[in-house]
Amino acid sequence: MPTVTREYEAPDVAAKAAMQAESMEATTSDIVGEKMVLNMGPSHPATHGVLRLVLEMDGEIITKADPDVGFLHRGDEKIAENMHYNQFVPYTDRLDYLAPLANNVAYALACEKLMGWEVPERGRAIRVICCELARISAHMLGVGVFAMDVGAMTVFLYTFTEREKIYNLCEQLTGARFTTSYTRVGGQVRDLPDGFVSAVRKFLDELEPVIDEVDKLLTRNAIFMARTQNLGVITKQEAIDWGISGPNLRGSGVAHDLRKSNPYLDYERYDFDIPVGTTGDCYDRYLVRMEEMRQSVRILRQVMDKLPGGPINVADAKGLLPKKEKVLMKMEELIHHFIIATQGIDAPPGEVYFGAENPKGELGFYIHSKGGGVPYRLKIRSPSFINLSILSKMIPGHLLSDVPSVLGSLDFVMGECDR
Amino acid sequence: MAIITVQRPKLAWHEKAFISTLFKGLKITLSHALRTFLQIAGKKPKVTMEYPEQKWDDQLPDYYRGAPALVTDEHERERCVSCQLCEFICPPKAITITPGEIPSDDPWAKVEKRPKEFEIDMIRCIYCGMCEEVCPEQAIFLRKDYAITGLSRKEMVHDKKRLYEIGGQRVGLVNKWNELK
Repeated sequence: MPTVTREYEAPDVAAKAAMQAESMEATTSDIVGEKMVLNMGPSHPATHGVLRLVLEMDGEIITKADPDVGFLHRGDEKIAENMHYNQFVPYTDRLDYLAPLANNVAYALACEKLMGWEVPERGRAIRVICCELARISAHMLGVGVFAMDVGAMTVFLYTFTEREKIYNLCEQLTGARFTTSYTRVGGQVRDLPDGFVSAVRKFLDELEPVIDEVDKLLTRNAIFMARTQNLGVITKQEAIDWGISGPNLRGSGVAHDLRKSNPYLDYERYDFDIPVGTTGDCYDRYLVRMEEMRQSVRILRQVMDKLPGGPINVADAKGLLPKKEKVLMKMEELIHHFIIATQGIDAPPGEVYFGAENPKGELGFYIHSKGGGVPYRLKIRSPSFINLSILSKMIPGHLLSDVPSVLGSLDFVMGECDR
Repeated sequence: MAIITVQRPKLAWHEKAFISTLFKGLKITLSHALRTFLQIAGKKPKVTMEYPEQKWDDQLPDYYRGAPALVTDEHERERCVSCQLCEFICPPKAITITPGEIPSDDPWAKVEKRPKEFEIDMIRCIYCGMCEEVCPEQAIFLRKDYAITGLSRKEMVHDKKRLYEIGGQRVGLVNKWNELK
């Protein structure tokens, strides 16, 4: 039996160690050990969830910031590959859990783009109501928590009173306060309940004074201005380069809003403005959020003034569950019902991407279908994750006490970031 | 496309020195304090609710999504025919059904099947309401119970007996097994 001899190169331990030490030195640039590494989070009240920041400090000044995400990872994208398109709707509630209705709508729109369906006019109007209510709810929290991070506790309590009313509206609309799961592929679970429109009108009338009140408490507040102005500046070019979206992008002066640039759900029919900032600091992002809430109120009023009648779901009877009354008594519909419930909606093969303007930014769903009832791959482009990526560039040079205000102004949600 | 640039205010000297802003802030706080006093006196509706004593229950809509439960109809018949559609659709896979046959001497023998065991793991349940949505027999409903608690994991798995206990009897449902066949 012939023998084969092979030569292996023994690793040079000493050289390897030297190389490693060199690379370490280059990253820390701290030979005498004057700098301190500080862990902020993952359970820190100012990091809004489970964001961990590894900060390298030179005294009070941060020289290096390393955001560490993934503590809330649940594998939503993988879960989506194992279930029908409709079964994934409850999981979208848990992405940006401050605006579940907006996530539901964005996901449904992405799926409908794949199927090639379009929801009728009334369905679209209802979805706009959902999106804008969600936007007000998310910005109310964003502004309130931001103010609390920089020390103004009162605002948080006032905005939360209003958010509670939005939750009551959600409950009337969907049957759940928080985990709404309102949309399905091709429509909504139910039509607007009786008296919903007047309830929303009443809420908007109560909301406007509160927005003005928050405005009075914060906008011309010298302490708030000192803690937010010229902090965490993202320049226009940086914001575009890093792919920032939503109010954070508009705060930097880029007038990009998917509702205007790529209108969906008839947003082109409604008259509203895009607020943009000038410097791109924390204060500008706050101002943009405040103005966006006012614009959302404007949109909501317009939708409700011309709320069209008619069906709320697509007419394509092959893809939707048939009406319950028919399922109970008719054979044909029962068979169809079983097929849809067990096999899912038969999607055409193809790849689609749909991005919706969510409160936090562009929430995109990329769906790769190979046909059949389940997606082959579903990628979620979560705005919070991309908005957070700039932290390592943004934070160095700031004081440690400014980090909460920078984080608060970015207004991210870790449920969506880690998904 | 209208773009508005948000205005960054220039503060006057009295605002910088907190003189006018102090009064402005106090005015808002005091107005809220006054409102709270009126609420305590019962002149205005309260914002908060003292939960275990006061409950929101009567404001819940009929389609409120609470704990799922099985129902029987006015003939004391189990509505469920163990088609297992809810088990199939349940996104977190909280439902487990073991189908069983109805004995031939039963008055409802023509229904043929009912669940031998029906378990809902309430730790897994996410109250999405899909089971109610797909049920072709109107057998499972999401009830208004929202405070589901237990001292052990085993207790949180609702078995068939417990589910019928929570669900109770529901009248006015479609009775297809009476008319047809």
